[in-house]
Amino acid sequence: MNEPPPKRPEFESELVDSGAIGDVERPLPFVERVVNNESVQRLAILVVLVVIWELYARWLNNSLLFPTFTETVQTFWHDIRSGVLINRTVTSLRTLVIGYAFGLLLAGLFTTFAVASGIGTRILSTLTAMFNPLPAIALLPLALIWFGLGTPSLVFVIVHSVLWAVALNTLSGFRSVPETLRMSGRNVGLTGARYVGLILIPAAFPSILAGLKIGWAFAWRTLVAAELVFGVSSRSGGIGWYIFEARNDLDTATVFSGLLTVILIGLFVESVIFRFIEARTVNLWGMQR
Amino acid sequence: MARFDGNTRLMTAALLEVKGVTLQYKTPRHLVTATYQVDFNVQQGDRYVILGPSGCGKSTLLKAVGGFMPPVEGSIRIRGRKIEAPGPDRMMVFQEFEQLMPWKTVFQNVLFPMKVTRKFSSQEAKARADAVIEKVKLTEFKGIYPHMLSGGMKMRVAIARAMALEPDILLMDEPFAALDALTRRSMQQELLALWDQLRFTVLFVTHSIEEAIIVGSRILVLSPHPGRVRAELDASSIDFVNIDRPEFGILSKRIHKLLFSNETGGVKTAEDAHA
Repeated sequence: MNEPPPKRPEFESELVDSGAIGDVERPLPFVERVVNNESVQRLAILVVLVVIWELYARWLNNSLLFPTFTETVQTFWHDIRSGVLINRTVTSLRTLVIGYAFGLLLAGLFTTFAVASGIGTRILSTLTAMFNPLPAIALLPLALIWFGLGTPSLVFVIVHSVLWAVALNTLSGFRSVPETLRMSGRNVGLTGARYVGLILIPAAFPSILAGLKIGWAFAWRTLVAAELVFGVSSRSGGIGWYIFEARNDLDTATVFSGLLTVILIGLFVESVIFRFIEARTVNLWGMQR
Repeated sequence: MARFDGNTRLMTAALLEVKGVTLQYKTPRHLVTATYQVDFNVQQGDRYVILGPSGCGKSTLLKAVGGFMPPVEGSIRIRGRKIEAPGPDRMMVFQEFEQLMPWKTVFQNVLFPMKVTRKFSSQEAKARADAVIEKVKLTEFKGIYPHMLSGGMKMRVAIARAMALEPDILLMDEPFAALDALTRRSMQQELLALWDQLRFTVLFVTHSIEEAIIVGSRILVLSPHPGRVRAELDASSIDFVNIDRPEFGILSKRIHKLLFSNETGGVKTAEDAHA
């Protein structure tokens, strides 16, 4: 039963010529590369969605409830040409960018303060735990009392929606920076702001970027919702006001074209601006695939 | 110093002097004594290995030399100066070379310490970075990011980065521990080749007896719980070339015995007695 395995002769051999298989590494065929391309895939998904929309709307045949894609695009195009939609969008974007920038600035200050000391970290995590779940829109009535009708109130609620999300992500990014990177930073004598700027921020960049994206989305949502609530404010209303007006007129195609604008801007920011930043940072550095 | 000689050791002042060092650190629940009254001296040009099982405080000891942790008692001096904080005169090389910054190219990584310490002018720093990259044979890969490099190349960058600053000593904390055996072997070879070329002083922590003998010229054997000095051995005559000689086996057995003689069972002492 317990016999050793049979003795076998050893051998060494010359390597087989592997020339027949061609280069060890070679480019994929053109079609395969096109199909694998991320933007091509995204575009295909969009086309499919549009086709489904169009078919469903035609089958429903009720433009008051659900206008077709072509109808929506016609309204969209018409309002772009007349300048209404562009005006509204610019107004919204201006408020948005101000609020977003303020939010990021505050988030940067808060987290830098937080990583400087243990107590700072705990203060910030307590604050984010308190305020992050608080819907920005719930603060709008308060903002209206404090800042009156107009841009300052909008900026306030946007800052609220951006600040905590970005701060939370940045802080957790800072905390997950590997110990070796921290030590190598201190090894060459880095401290304080230089340490944060040269080691922590780039090392935590994937999380920071995720925070920026979430913050952006939150800011958009908050802004459109806020404009819907107090659209009354002015003649220079934003995209939310545009939607609100159209709904009052039961002009569903215009409501859809307003929503389409929000979606298009969202797609643009995500797949052009953020993609651009990603390709030049975290993807290039191999921190994210 | 190729060979141990009592007289020369007394005559030349040590580069790194560790005297009666006791190290303690706190976990959330305990106060752990990592090492107890450890003494050793590292001379210029040594490949000094600290060897011991896990729990002997060897990594903590290296951190203390790095200045990340003050000793509870005793003193650590480099060139006669007391170590109080981390500094670029003691460059650390970590496991798997994670200290390479993924957001910087090879060239920028090598440049970084010189830039932040402002030890060299910008022009000079660039020239030095180029020179040291050339020395570790990575010139073609200058513009590449670390994630595209192999393990061996990363090590060469990590060492180049440290060497460019002209530190007094290179501190390596189990740099090959996480690698597979074959890669580890080739990295040890590369490290020795680099040492042959640049003759730096290195303090190297490992838990592998074989690695200690191959890489080290002197070996400090620590016993665990808490870390205390068990022996200091000379291994300068053994490297890859004569790994098949009996000296290798004899030394390895001797270290094995030093490490495990206090424990009961598990070790065949009949053979060891003759070694």
